Parts: sequence; structure tokens; C-alpha cells
Amino acid sequence: MDIIYLLIPLALIFVAVAVWAFFWAVDNGQYDDLESPSHSILFDQEPSPQQPTPSKQASENKAND
Amino acid sequence: MAKQMANQSTCYHCGETISGKAPCFAVINGTSHPMCCPGCQFVAEAIEGEGLAHYYQYRTEQALKLGQDKAPTTDYTVYDRKALQTQLVSQQLNGQCHVSLSIEGITCAACIWLLEKHLNQLKGVEQASVNLTTHRAYIQYLPEHVKLSEIMQHIAYIGYLPHPFSMDKQQQLAQQEYRKSIRRLAVAGIGTMQVMMYAIALYAGALQGMEDSYRDFIRWVSFLLATPVVFYAAQPFFKAAWRDVKARHLSMDFPVATAIGAAYTASTWAMLTGSGEVYFDSVCMFTFFLLISRFLEMRARHHTTQQGSGLLKLLPDKATRIDDNSQEQAIAAIEVEMGYTLRIKPGEPVPADGVIIQGQTTCNEAMLTGEYLPVTKQVSDTVLAGTINVEHAIDIQVTATGQTTRLAHIVSLLEQAQQEKPFIAQLADRVASYFVTAVILIAAVVYSYWSQHNPADAFWITLAVLVVTCPCALSLATPTALTAAMGRLYQQGLLITGNHVLESLTHINHIIFDKTGTLTEGKLTLEQVIPTNSTLSPETMLDLIAALEAHSEHPIAKTFAERATPLRAKSVTNHPGYGIEGSISSHPASSNDSNPEIRKAQRYRVGKSVFICSWLNIPLLDPPEPVGQWLLFASEQEVLGWIKLADTLRQDSAHTIHDLQQQNMQLSLLSGDQPNVVKRVAETLSISSWQANMTPEDKLAQLQTLQQQGKNVLMVGDGINDVPILAAANVSVSLGCGSDLAKNTADIVLLNNQLNSLLTVFDIAKQTRNTIRTNLVWALSYNLVALPLAACGIIQPWMAAIGMASSSLLVVANALRLTRTSKCSTKQHLQTQPSQITPLETAP
Repeated sequence: MDIIYLLIPLALIFVAVAVWAFFWAVDNGQYDDLESPSHSILFDQEPSPQQPTPSKQASENKAND
Repeated sequence: MAKQMANQSTCYHCGETISGKAPCFAVINGTSHPMCCPGCQFVAEAIEGEGLAHYYQYRTEQALKLGQDKAPTTDYTVYDRKALQTQLVSQQLNGQCHVSLSIEGITCAACIWLLEKHLNQLKGVEQASVNLTTHRAYIQYLPEHVKLSEIMQHIAYIGYLPHPFSMDKQQQLAQQEYRKSIRRLAVAGIGTMQVMMYAIALYAGALQGMEDSYRDFIRWVSFLLATPVVFYAAQPFFKAAWRDVKARHLSMDFPVATAIGAAYTASTWAMLTGSGEVYFDSVCMFTFFLLISRFLEMRARHHTTQQGSGLLKLLPDKATRIDDNSQEQAIAAIEVEMGYTLRIKPGEPVPADGVIIQGQTTCNEAMLTGEYLPVTKQVSDTVLAGTINVEHAIDIQVTATGQTTRLAHIVSLLEQAQQEKPFIAQLADRVASYFVTAVILIAAVVYSYWSQHNPADAFWITLAVLVVTCPCALSLATPTALTAAMGRLYQQGLLITGNHVLESLTHINHIIFDKTGTLTEGKLTLEQVIPTNSTLSPETMLDLIAALEAHSEHPIAKTFAERATPLRAKSVTNHPGYGIEGSISSHPASSNDSNPEIRKAQRYRVGKSVFICSWLNIPLLDPPEPVGQWLLFASEQEVLGWIKLADTLRQDSAHTIHDLQQQNMQLSLLSGDQPNVVKRVAETLSISSWQANMTPEDKLAQLQTLQQQGKNVLMVGDGINDVPILAAANVSVSLGCGSDLAKNTADIVLLNNQLNSLLTVFDIAKQTRNTIRTNLVWALSYNLVALPLAACGIIQPWMAAIGMASSSLLVVANALRLTRTSKCSTKQHLQTQPSQITPLETAP
């Protein structure tokens, strides 16, 4: 059972890393909006493949992609 | 009354009902859809043109109505001026610019998708992200490829209203608090999971036997993990407890802090001496549970402060200055100084207090005074910042800017009122102070008894007493019930922004209502049509008036805006404060009305009696009834009829007032409007106590008199003039369509704009109070049973832990009953909720 003297401190290091990563994410504003990301993931799949037809004011400013 | 057309359709973009034939159409995904106005059509076509038409499939709420007869054309170039750029935009070393915009018109998650997609397609925009909670866009762009004004223009193209955003102090604090508490939650959560894991090892060891060296090692590990939880995550409890001690007024925070502190210290002692029991797991779990309920509460509280762009929104961002060479020059509103000459065009808000030096017009002062009809303004009259110029362009000389305006004065009154706000002591806090005293006394008695009879066990038995009486269930009793009730109310479109609100509501015995926009709709509607000429049908008469009013921006004209008249008026002149005149040339063949009266070109006038009678050279006519807003309509030859306009009551006002009176509430009506109007509303609703012509100061004084008489007052209002009294009332309610400032000040926001939701709030407040009571009774009786057993030394630590957990769970389960919707109402409330949000007229 002496292995716990190695494994538990290792686990503690992982915990410290996890907390640090979480703090980093909070500071980057990752948790500022808890509502929209859960929806937006669904919006990006195209329901029917369709070529966008650039209209008058849209074509002026569209990136050439 | 205006006749309802049989064939109705709804605007595909904003969902507004179109009576009759739709004025325009837009082709989306190959299908032609009806649109209520060219503004909506333009936006829908722009969205389709960008290939973003999926928006219409994804959205769960309707879009903002544009209510314009043309494409969005607001000029944003003023934001490219240096004075505003340095304030709004932060430029990085690599030339990239960062800007935050507050966006009006976001209704659901699909709006976020639409905005992000559209903005990220723009050339020069590096990254754009939009926050659904705060309605804020954060945009990184390259200024050499795209200007800020162009970005804002593009947001306007797809039907949203961008406002520059600069975080005010309150919002900054809210964001800091939010981030801090989410960090605390994480530390407590991760800590709890880890410590629980090791606690299971310790429990297993206690049953099966475990070498002391391993046991001590695991205790040390638990100690290491629990320490940040106690010193970082639980910090708010300790701070609040210390504040309680200094204020000599104990709240629930004190027993919480004592429990966490005592259990942690005792466990540390047990660990160091290798004796007794450790309770690190209980400490962490307790902290985590409490932090969760506080976090949810805080999110509800921040909901209103985070939206909107602070006070900035009350005033426009730009102004038109007339420089020394009499040239118009667009400047930023913050550049305005005393003595400047500004030109204010019709429909624009006034950027600073000033005196008119040229022109005459009417100003809508409803936000500041509550009077819903625009006030006539002539040369040397004062116009106030924040009011809206309705009819004609005027030139003003600035007499006050920024902090010296009337508007700023009302805001400072608000701050003063907030400090004097009386609070009703919360039930749990009162219980807490008795509880703490009792526990400390009992613990002292137990310790002194056992130290004489069995000194070796005295410390551990006393500790068991403290753990058993741990106020876990007691301190969860109130917040869980409140959070559950707030969640349920939010589903019904009611936002509660303070912790004290639901409890305070049950003590309310007096309600003050504002009139305009609260009991009434806050806009004019047509009430009565009386043609005096028998050959003219009311319908034709209204068509004629609508044709004239189509040329006016006056609120009276808006009453007719939705009427699709086949007639067109020409050479129309506005006479501010009096009426409107114009000639209507021909009658279209499509109409069945063969009245020859309107076949040939005629000049018509609609307006005040005096305006018409002087034109026709006849003696002044009196309106059919003395009350109400009556307009006379006439042709060159004769008087044709009367129409009556009124600010109608909300549909649910009467029954809400009636039900509240049934509940023995005293009601009063305080309004800034004219006495005859206020009197009529008060009489219709049978409110016996009413006062008119009230300034914000008067209202505040009236409220404070009531409070000195020992009344607990609830205030319902929506305008800026109500803000000070909202802040001072024991509980304040604002409507979702009210001004931003009122919403930020109010304790309850009726997001669904339904006055009868007040009854729901009272109802749920009562249920919540009952739940809190049963929770407290249960938590206390558990303690009463467990305490004697612990004092006798019968209870083992593990029994205490199980008892504590189960009593907490029971309290939480009891509170969750509040989220269950009883029988009918919730769904109905949601469905009848009007989809449009803030009316557009107030936007700069």
C-alpha cells in the first residue's frame, strides 16, 4: 500500500492543474455566457445545402471566401 | 371604433399582426412571406442575402419590430470621431482594435448565431462574439479595413440596434463578483469531490481497521484539500459574519461561519494530535451547497444590471452643433459644452438641457414627467435632456450638460433614496440570532458538565453537540426556498432581483401605482368616432384623417399608423400644438364608398377645436364630453366630426386592482400627469386616493410620509420620474417595457408586461413564506431531538453526519415543491406574452 504515498500526491498535482485551468478559463470570459453556447452548436449544421446568393449591400462587404 | 379586418396575417420577421393585405413581401428560401413594413422587409432580405436564412428556422422568439417605413438608415459616422473613439475603442500594438457594443433587439440564441455569422463575414473583422446573457458584442477589427461606423451599420442592416457600450461601475462590480463566485464554486466543488473520496477511505478504514500511518497520511491530504475551500471559497461567509459581529446584528451568516470555522479547527486539532474524528468532508460539502444556492441567487440579481449600456442609453451619443459659420456639424454628445447651439431634428432625443432660440415644436416628456401627450415648446422655453423632440427641428442654446441636467438630478435623487431604503428583517435572520445564542449556551453547559464527570471525553462530546446542531439545514432553509420560487417566477416572465423581495412582499399593505405606462398602455388609442355630417361614414372619416396623419411624427399620428388607408394627402403642413392640414385629391376606384364628398380635391384639417374653428370662422365648438383628448375634423366648408383619443387602460388593470383591493391592500395613484386625466383613471379603477402633477420629489416625499406611518409600501412604476420612489419603496416593481433605469432600480421586473402577474407574485411570495416556515420548523425540531442525544454522549460522529445530510436533503426537497407549477397558469402566461420588447421610439 505504500504506493499511495506516490499516487495521492500525483493526484493532488492534477487537482492543482485543473483548478488553475479553470481559473484561466474564467479570466478569459469562457463562463460569462452560460446560455447561448448550448444552442449555437446546433445552429451551424446546414439543414439544406444552399448556395448563398449575395445581395446588393451584402456583396460590397463580404470577405472573399 | 376601428373595425377589425377579417383577413389577418402576421409579419414573418417580427410576428406583428397585419390587418388586411400585407404592405410588402420578402422572398426567403424561395417562398414569399408577408412583411408588416418596408423596414422588416429590408432586414429579412438582408438576412436572406447573406445566406443566413436558417435564422428563421432556429429562432424561438420573434425579432424586434423595426416600425420604419424605410431601410435602417441611422448614421453612425459620429462614432468614428476621435473623442468617441478614444473612449470606446482600445487599440492594440499590432493595430487591431477592440470594441464592446451593447445590442438591442436580441431575443433568443438564434440572434447570437445570426449576429456572429454576419459580423465574422465582414472584411476587416477578426473576431466577433456576442453574449446572450448580457446582450453585448465584443469585436476585434482592423481599422484600416473597416470602420466602427460600418460595423454598427451592418448590425443595423440585420435588424438590431447597436449602442456603444462602456461598462459603468455597477456593471464592472457585477462582472467581478460573478467571476469571483464562479471561481469559489469551482474550488469548493473540486475540493468536495476530492475530500469525499478520501473520506470514504477513512470510513472504510474505521470499519475494517487501518494502520495509523495510512490514516494520518489521508487526514493530512484531506486537510490540504479542505484548506483552500475554507479560506478561499468560504471567505464570503466569514466576512459577512465579521460584519454581523461589528454591527451587533446576527444574521444566518454567523452560525454558518461558526460551524465551518469550528469543524475545521477541531478536525485540524484531531489530525495533529492523532485523536478524535476529522470532519473535512462535511466542511467542504456544506460550503459547496451554500455557494451553489448563493450563486443561483446572484445570477438572478445580475440579470437586469448586465443588460443595457448603463445610463448612457438615456441620452443620445451624438448631437448636431451649429458652429459659428451656421454650418451643421455632427459631434459626440460628450463634446457638448455650455453655450453651444445645437440643432435637434424631429424624432431625436435632446442631448442636453437648453433654451429654444429658434423654431417651435412639441416635446415628449413622458419619461421625465409621466405626461403622455407632448408638450408645446416655443422660443425661450426650456427643453430637457432625455426628452424627445416630436415635430419640428429646433435650435437650442445649451444651459446644462452632464451632471447638472434635470435628468442627472433625478438620478442623484435615486442614489439618495437607495441609502434611506428601509428593510424588513428576514425571518431566518431573526431565528439565527436566537439560535446562535442558544447553541453557544448549551455547548458551554455540556462542556462544563462533562469536564467534571468525564474530562477525557468532554471536548469530543461538546464537538458532537456542535456538529449535530450544525445549522446546515437551518441555513439552507431560506435560500433554497427563495431560489426555487425565483426560478418558477422567472419561467412565468417575472424577474426577482433581490433576496429580500419575496419575504418583504408578505408584509406589504400599501401599493402605489404610477399611471402612464403602468396602469395605462402609455400610448394613445382611438376611443370614439362621432361624425357630425351624416353623409360621411366613420370609416371614410378615419381614412381621411389617417392620410393626413401619415405626414406627422406626433404620438397622435402613431394611432393611425397601422391603418392602411387607400388615400394620399398632399401639401401637408403641421401646426405644432394645434393640428395638421393638407389636401386629399382623389378617391381610389377600389373603394365601394361612392360618397362624392371626397371625390374632388379638398383641403382638410384635423386638430384642436380652436385650430379648426378659427379656420372656418365659426364660434368655438365644445367637445361632446369634457374629459379626454378630443380632436375636431373638418373640410374647407364644414365640420365633419369628432374623434376621441385616450391613453387606454391596460386590459388587466381593472381586475388586478380589484383583486388587490380584495386582499385588503390600500392603493394609491401618484402621477405627474394632469389632474383631469388622473382623476378619470382613478375613478374608472375605483382608486380613492390619487394625486396629480407630482414631481419625482413630491412622490418621494409622499412615500416617506407613508413609511413613517408604519406602512410597508410597494411601488409600481416604469418611467425615469418614478425611479427615486422605486428606490425608496420597501419593494418596487417595474414593467419590462419600462425605462432601463427603472428596471435596474426595481426589485421585481414584470418581463411579460402583464400587470396581473403582480397577483402571481403575491401568491408565490405567500407560498414561499410558508415553505420557509416549514423548513425552519423542521430544521429546528431536528436539532431539538438530536441535541439531547449528543449532549448525553450517545451519538457517534457518523450518526451525526448522516442526520445532518438527511435533514438538509429534506429541506431542499421541501423547497423544490415550490418549483412545481400548480394546475393551470404557467403555460398560458408564456403564450400570451407579447413578443416585442422595448419600443423603438426611445432609441437614439
